[in-house]
Amino acid sequence: MEHQEHVIERYERAWIFFGLAMIAVFIILVGYLMLTMGNTNPVGAGRIDATKVRTEGDFANPRVEQIGNEYVAYVQAFAFGYLPAEMRFKVGRKVTFYITSPDVQHSFHVHNTNINVQVIPGEIAKVSYTFTRPGEYPIICNEYCGIGHANMISKLIVEP
Amino acid sequence: MAVKTLFNYDAYASAPEKKYALYMMMLGFAALALGTFFGPFQAMNYGGLDLYPLLKPVFQNYYQGLTLHGVLNAIVFTQLFAQTIMVYLPARELGLRPNMTLAWVSFWMALGGLLLAAVPLLLNEASVLYTFYAPLQAHWAFYLGAAIFVLSSYLSIYLVLDMWARWRRANPGKITPLATFMAVTFWLMWFLASLGLVVEALFLIAWSFGLVAGVDPLLMRTLFWYTGHPIVYFWLLPAYTLAYVTLPRLAGGKLVSDPLARLVFILFLLFSVPVGFHHQFADPGIAPYWKMIHTVLTMLVAVPSLITAFTIAASLEVAGRANGGKGLLGWIGALPWNNPTVLAFLLGFLAFIPGGAGGMVNASFNLNQNVHNTVWIPGHFHLQVGTLVTMAAMGTAFWLIPHLTGKPLVARGMAVASQWLWFLGMFIMTFALHWMGFLYAIPRRAHISASPIAMEAYKESAAWMALNIVAGVILFIAALLFFYVIFATALQNRREPGQVLPEVPFTEVMSKPEGSGLAQLTERVWFWFGLAVVLVVLAYGPVLFQMFTNMNPVPGQRLW
Repeated sequence: MEHQEHVIERYERAWIFFGLAMIAVFIILVGYLMLTMGNTNPVGAGRIDATKVRTEGDFANPRVEQIGNEYVAYVQAFAFGYLPAEMRFKVGRKVTFYITSPDVQHSFHVHNTNINVQVIPGEIAKVSYTFTRPGEYPIICNEYCGIGHANMISKLIVEP
Repeated sequence: MAVKTLFNYDAYASAPEKKYALYMMMLGFAALALGTFFGPFQAMNYGGLDLYPLLKPVFQNYYQGLTLHGVLNAIVFTQLFAQTIMVYLPARELGLRPNMTLAWVSFWMALGGLLLAAVPLLLNEASVLYTFYAPLQAHWAFYLGAAIFVLSSYLSIYLVLDMWARWRRANPGKITPLATFMAVTFWLMWFLASLGLVVEALFLIAWSFGLVAGVDPLLMRTLFWYTGHPIVYFWLLPAYTLAYVTLPRLAGGKLVSDPLARLVFILFLLFSVPVGFHHQFADPGIAPYWKMIHTVLTMLVAVPSLITAFTIAASLEVAGRANGGKGLLGWIGALPWNNPTVLAFLLGFLAFIPGGAGGMVNASFNLNQNVHNTVWIPGHFHLQVGTLVTMAAMGTAFWLIPHLTGKPLVARGMAVASQWLWFLGMFIMTFALHWMGFLYAIPRRAHISASPIAMEAYKESAAWMALNIVAGVILFIAALLFFYVIFATALQNRREPGQVLPEVPFTEVMSKPEGSGLAQLTERVWFWFGLAVVLVVLAYGPVLFQMFTNMNPVPGQRLW
């Protein structure tokens, strides 16, 4: 029994060391890839009065603007849809989305991309992305927002 | 008169804490039975089959059913099971009786809060789901009832700290017995972790009564996830405790290391709480470097689970070899697979391995973008809480109900079958959900089966959806078998004390705490608690301070 205990303790130490090393590698990889592989995590771009989203400011006029070689899109995610209803971009050009909600929480998940934004009333979310393949991309609300939540699907079109 | 014997006072005259434990646990399983009833409906929904019209006019819609499923299973059942196990085990281990007056106050508070919250839930006045994100606004009775329910756990904290203090006065200088040590660190962790939910409840109650016109949705989310991630360890640690202190003995072996088990619980005390931003990676309004700090802390909380995997596996190997298992893997076959309790733990831990790997994906700041709020997430937590935690509770009920009541387990074969089927159903369902979320971006908690738009958008995943239907049927049968076994056991007339475990099957240990420097170090529980508080202040303080001083209130909405 004494012998068995020592054998177990040796494996135990090796396993804990392995676990810690694995965690360290994961942390380093996450940090490195965030810095080098294009970061599409949303950030805050200021705050807004949710009750005035529909009547005042950029979001009262949801639109895609072309500025030089880039696009800026002002998007309203509302119960239960998105404005503008259709967005078109040329492939290979950077798009910066600004997104907010006039009512409850929603999300802005563009399928087949890394864009996945929590849309919170009162907060303006910002995310930039360059589409590299033309086609139709579904936009999906993945935050429960009420009885019509499952219908809250739109699309954007990336032209060649 | 089966019911009458459950209320038979004589059987508990010498051990009133048994009656308390029985009532807490059976209330939890009753909540689980109702919550689980909706599970197959949810699985069918993700199979493209809408069965919710069958429930009208009693239940109005999918989201009402899903709210009941989440609240009853993940908040009510889990807390009641913790209040059973993490009070009863230390009481038995120390040979002390908890303060029975407060124990019953905690039971009645839990029941009262549950009934109060149940009214709006059952009337479709609180279909805000388990996360109740503002500004979706539920009826005030939901928030108030939930708050009373959660506050009943504070009495459980007191019950255990009081027993621990009494034991220490009588045994100065001795090392706290293992199950009690686990219970103490567990309840201290929960006290620290629950503060977010308590503060959020104050806002939501005032808001739902109309005392304030709006609440800040980002602050509410942040407070929710402050509690919302550590709450998963609140669910998990009773299962770990049972795995450490009873499973090795039930399997025929010994726990290999007592000091390491203490280290695991200290690590959970330290790292459970300051990790909540990993649920908010996709949120605007929290700076990326704070999210990265929480990523690192979240990764660290994997360490105690990795140690647990080793210790439990090694203890099971000792058991398997003691039972005559030979060779590299022969010990696995030599484990008592026909014991429904051991079976439940073995299968639960098997599911926990892929679940833990998926958790590392969720915790990774960048990978999370691909799975955030897709059905990958319910796929993940149905492996963790839906399989390991629930199966640990189900498996433990198979010996604990007989132990508490003196009534032998009925239909042991059905008990064994229920665990195999539960494991199989969960494995199929979670496998499908992971892929549906990752490959097809199918959103979680969406009534897709009633939406032609959604079914058209997700039609490529039809093959995976079919697996959900298969799993839903299997899980429904598993649940029927399980609930039949436990309620038939608890409600029968037959008491045969000779056929039940007379004592909690506390395990022996190989590497003991006496003389261990590690055990001495972990014994300074209040020091570690203080360090945990400091970590939380550092990881949350600046962000919360800024949010509290810059609130941006939004009025409530009812959109269901």
